[in-house]
Amino acid sequence: MSQHIIIRNGRIIDPANQIDAIGDLVIKDGKIDSLFNSTSAPDAIAIDASNQIVCPGLVDLSVRLREPGLTHKGTIASETRAAAAAGVTSLCLPPDTKPSIDTAAVAELIKDKAEQAGYPQVYSIGALTQRLAGAELNNLFALKQAGCLAVSNANQPLNNLLILRRAMEYAATHDLLVMYRANEASLSGKGCAHEGTVASHYGLPSIPAAAESIALAQCLELAELTGCRLHISQISCKQSVIKIQQAKKYGLQVTADVAMHQLHLTEQDMIAFDSNYHVLPPLRTLIDRQYLRDGLANGTIDAVCSDHQPHDLDAKLGAFPETEPGIASLQTLLPLTLQLAQQHGIALSELLARLTSKPAAILGLDAGSLSPGSCADICIFDPAAEWQVNSQTWLSAGSNTPYWQHNLRGRVTHTLQAGRIIYSLEHQP
Amino acid sequence: MTRHLQLTDNGRLKHFLTIEGLSQPLLTEILDTAASFADMSEHNVKKVPLLRGKTIINLFFENSTRTRTTFELAATRLSADVLNMNIATSATSKGESLLDTIRNLEAMHVDMFVVRHALSGAAHFIAQHTAPHISVINAGDGQHAHPTQAMLDMFTIRQHKKQFAGLKVAIVGDILHSRVARSQILALNTLGVDQIRVIAPKTLLPANVEDMGVIAFQDMAEGLSDVDVIIMLRLQKERMNSAFLPSESEYFRCFGLTEAKLKHAKSDVIVMHPGPINRGVEIASSVADGPQSVILQQVSNGIAVRMAIMSMTMHSAGDMA
Repeated sequence: MSQHIIIRNGRIIDPANQIDAIGDLVIKDGKIDSLFNSTSAPDAIAIDASNQIVCPGLVDLSVRLREPGLTHKGTIASETRAAAAAGVTSLCLPPDTKPSIDTAAVAELIKDKAEQAGYPQVYSIGALTQRLAGAELNNLFALKQAGCLAVSNANQPLNNLLILRRAMEYAATHDLLVMYRANEASLSGKGCAHEGTVASHYGLPSIPAAAESIALAQCLELAELTGCRLHISQISCKQSVIKIQQAKKYGLQVTADVAMHQLHLTEQDMIAFDSNYHVLPPLRTLIDRQYLRDGLANGTIDAVCSDHQPHDLDAKLGAFPETEPGIASLQTLLPLTLQLAQQHGIALSELLARLTSKPAAILGLDAGSLSPGSCADICIFDPAAEWQVNSQTWLSAGSNTPYWQHNLRGRVTHTLQAGRIIYSLEHQP
Repeated sequence: MTRHLQLTDNGRLKHFLTIEGLSQPLLTEILDTAASFADMSEHNVKKVPLLRGKTIINLFFENSTRTRTTFELAATRLSADVLNMNIATSATSKGESLLDTIRNLEAMHVDMFVVRHALSGAAHFIAQHTAPHISVINAGDGQHAHPTQAMLDMFTIRQHKKQFAGLKVAIVGDILHSRVARSQILALNTLGVDQIRVIAPKTLLPANVEDMGVIAFQDMAEGLSDVDVIIMLRLQKERMNSAFLPSESEYFRCFGLTEAKLKHAKSDVIVMHPGPINRGVEIASSVADGPQSVILQQVSNGIAVRMAIMSMTMHSAGDMA
């Protein structure tokens, strides 16, 4: 462990410290030792990062690993390895595993398996209610003691607003962050596409944007009432951006994230009945996407996550409405970040902040920066490298992505977690 | 992709899944071919050997008597062998079973599937996953498309109005849940009618309905004013249970087609309905059985139009590499 690593000649971008300059980065004993100040050390491992970007390892707020219980879709080993290849060094696992993350035992099992796998740090999100059924609270203090930094009900609805209120009050009692996917189930029903031109055209059961923004508005009211620390997960529409912006202006303690694919794809991109575009919340309109991008640029939206959801082949084989929603999206996260910076004029360092220091701050993690003395979680990527998404390059067990066989620009070459190289492109088979 | 999926490299019909992406000449060819079959029936030539030796399976995951029967008659008159399969499925049936069903039937040397399914996109899915020599005809998928119904409606309109240019067509009723309306709108727009109107309460109109190339009305008198064709849609009883509508009687009062409301349309208006009709709910008996009604002609035209589509898809088989 007491390895000495020098990353040479990279463009170091550390949004937390407003650094963007070319130089060397020295790691000692798993910690960042110094920047721009390397001395030659004969025993050091050198990584040549010329023409590459060196940034803090990514902190992903939503990654389904599918274990325990759904290992036909992916395992902790397969998906954390894909995460390492995506430059991710810390990730949050939502509680909708099987069984759900109701107890310390499940959280500890996940932690052990993730440590065995030896890739990124995995942080379990505790299940807010028992079996996510939306009725009775879990032992949240026990979950906190088992390492859960936050609690959520994943994509499952709570039975009513009183349960949500009590859950938020009780989470606040133990200073636990509540992560909330806003969805009014009575309005979204069995919908599988955004209620708009495209769903109308294809006759697909649809979900209005208001199903999200109504639930969001209710939750914001309850955050004020209860004083609970609130994070809104994976917003997708204009009204959600407006409501969060208003709440922040008003001084409410709330943060929000968006899934990377929502910043790129809209209902217009859907290829007729291609189940790879079946995702929840659904792909919305061009106007919604513009609000999401603007919200990201102006700080209304704090973080971007992959919302990685790998699936087995069968889950995506069928008539569109009966297929399972979700996109496998770890390895497209960074290429799509670069695309956003290049095509839509959001500064790369700003975007990287939303993938590193900002999500780390939401979780209260000491991660996401390159400050000397901090944990050496580092992502090195070649912003110019082109690669194709295919079975040779893709490491997730799920190949359910609309980008399959697309050529993307930007590829991770090394990922270091606590100073340990957990991924290196040249050592891939 | 839709276009590519249902056409061969030479632009011939391989599958018939949706009207989307089909050209005006191709739709006209379907109507012309259907006209020749309709003539034959009139001259008591009931059978032609065009599909002799071909096996067609009517694969119905959703019940239907009329559509299945006309497909069966059409196939028989083309001299094909027909097998009817009604596969009752629960709403939660999995794609695997749909795929397995198809694979098993393929092994019986089938040449064509005529598919009806409760989920939008099912016919596309089957066409994408079936063996390359098999043609798939969509006999209704969820709320997406019912293209053979739309074509028989176009055939009926042309019989009475000779051409599509200049026509004003009103479609009345549950547009939201109607695969028939979606296909009709695409066909009417491709064939170049002057105006398509949809008339319905807002609960039964899809979001952004104008993007389909129609004008929406909530008032029958306004919407029917000066139209050449009225297409009434069937109202499902279950719409009353989920707050789409308060009652059948109020629906009939506002949107039911009566002789009085019919007066707003042109004097030579024709009244159509894909059937089966609910008398006294969406249409008064006096109108359904009245002189403007062409509802029963639609049914007989269904056979000729389906013969045309089946023979055209089968005869594109030689185009495939």
